[in-house]
Amino acid sequence: MSGWAFRAAAALVVVTALPLVWMLLASVTPESRLFEPAALWRGPFVLDHYRALFEERNFWVPIRNSLVVAGTTTLFAVTLGGGCAYALARMHFRGRYLILAFVLAVSMFPQISLVAPLYLLLREAGLINTYPGLILPYLTFAMPLTIWLLVGYFRQLPRDVEDAAAMDGAGRLRTLVEIVAPLAWPGIATTAILTFVYCWNEFLFALSFTLGPERHTVPVAIALFRGQYQVPWGQILAAAAVATLPVVLLVVLFQRRISEGLTAGAVKG
Amino acid sequence: MHRDQRAALPFVLPALTAIALVAIAPMLWTLWESVHLHDLRMPWLGQPFIGLDNYAEAFGDPRFLDAALHTAAFVVGSVALELLLGLVFALAMSLAWRGRALIRVVVLMSWAVPTVVAALVWRFLFEGAEFAWFAHPVAAWVPIVLADAWKMTPFVALLLLAGLESIDPALYDAARIDGAGPWRQFREITLPLLRPALLVAVLFRALDAFRVFDVIYVMTGGGPGTATEPISLYTFNTLLQHLRFGYGSALSVLIFLTTFVLALLYIRLAGRTLLEERA
Repeated sequence: MSGWAFRAAAALVVVTALPLVWMLLASVTPESRLFEPAALWRGPFVLDHYRALFEERNFWVPIRNSLVVAGTTTLFAVTLGGGCAYALARMHFRGRYLILAFVLAVSMFPQISLVAPLYLLLREAGLINTYPGLILPYLTFAMPLTIWLLVGYFRQLPRDVEDAAAMDGAGRLRTLVEIVAPLAWPGIATTAILTFVYCWNEFLFALSFTLGPERHTVPVAIALFRGQYQVPWGQILAAAAVATLPVVLLVVLFQRRISEGLTAGAVKG
Repeated sequence: MHRDQRAALPFVLPALTAIALVAIAPMLWTLWESVHLHDLRMPWLGQPFIGLDNYAEAFGDPRFLDAALHTAAFVVGSVALELLLGLVFALAMSLAWRGRALIRVVVLMSWAVPTVVAALVWRFLFEGAEFAWFAHPVAAWVPIVLADAWKMTPFVALLLLAGLESIDPALYDAARIDGAGPWRQFREITLPLLRPALLVAVLFRALDAFRVFDVIYVMTGGGPGTATEPISLYTFNTLLQHLRFGYGSALSVLIFLTTFVLALLYIRLAGRTLLEERA
């Protein structure tokens, strides 16, 4: 490899990793030494911020909220979207192209344009500050995303197995559940992971439709962290590390699939 | 040809109904709100129809016009920076044969980090500095754009890398035989052939940058004053702080229309091939 490419690649790795490493180090550094860069690397390291996070701030609550909301949304979106994607990928019917274009268009809706009506709707239904009050709005971006990605995966599958199933007289739904889904499993898993990550990271809807710490998701909880006298940076960075951990784990475990899904999808950033 | 017309319905209908309920109906409701006076702090006023008054107010509202300007500047600045860096990194990734897995993990990591976390970490890095970045109306943009670039450049690099990998390597071999140096190869083969991928990346990022909210909410809250307030944040404040739903909805519609134009361009360029792959 030519010299400059190697240096650029190395620079990319360092520049990208450095803020995250800094975050990790700062999260185990006592508050008094947080703003001395040299001291950050030396230690001694303490777990005070993490202890305060879970014992005083009850950070388990936003984690639970995020898991419930992101998990349920992903489940709904993949199930509903999976059926739709299968029909779009494998059946011949009028309006297929139109539906695809429609799905693509909805995936580009700016979230802020939906805040006013969704707020009024959820308020009317008594769903502000509840789990369904977040899951329903999350479907606005999760459904188009899953449909779009899954159509791509379903189309890549070999056709003959399905045709054999059809010859056997298996219905469409049975073919989907018993033949197609197991075959497309890697694609379905990738779709689920991407959807989960988008939900886990979502901020605007969660900020708009929750009121108190009992229903805040992880990003909202961190963004609204306030100390009594000053910004509690140590705890904020510890919380940031905790928020990052699950998504980074997913990325490391499924890196190849995720990067394929991202470039193939290219519908959401 | 359309033998599955009936069979497809039960598969397609649930998903489409869900999308219609959570996205289409609310969007129509936003349109309705935008031509009505609706102030949650003054329920006694009711919700009278006021035609295009909310829109007229927007175009005479200095805070909105400022916010539109901020948004445009942010789009231009962040997309240009991300494109330039993304191109360099994409080229480096395409040439690198060692450490590819490491590069990919690192690149995906910054994509996967919640935007709120990226914004907080960068705010922390800049809070430690001598200069009070966040107190200055222009300088406050520097950490914002850097945080956004840190988060999104990897994504741009991935998009461009896919474009680079679709270029036929034989072209470079032929150019080398003709005695073209690396710079000429880049200018005459890479750049023209990468143009579609570049356009897609630009529009895709522009669409996203135009809606910027998280980074700015967390880093500056739009401040100092309203010096870094983008339209999405102003709209959010109009709705949920000032509770002016009619006016806020008009702003939402304006954002929607702008996005719509950008999205049409994007679909014209990228969507057709994306659609054809799937249809």
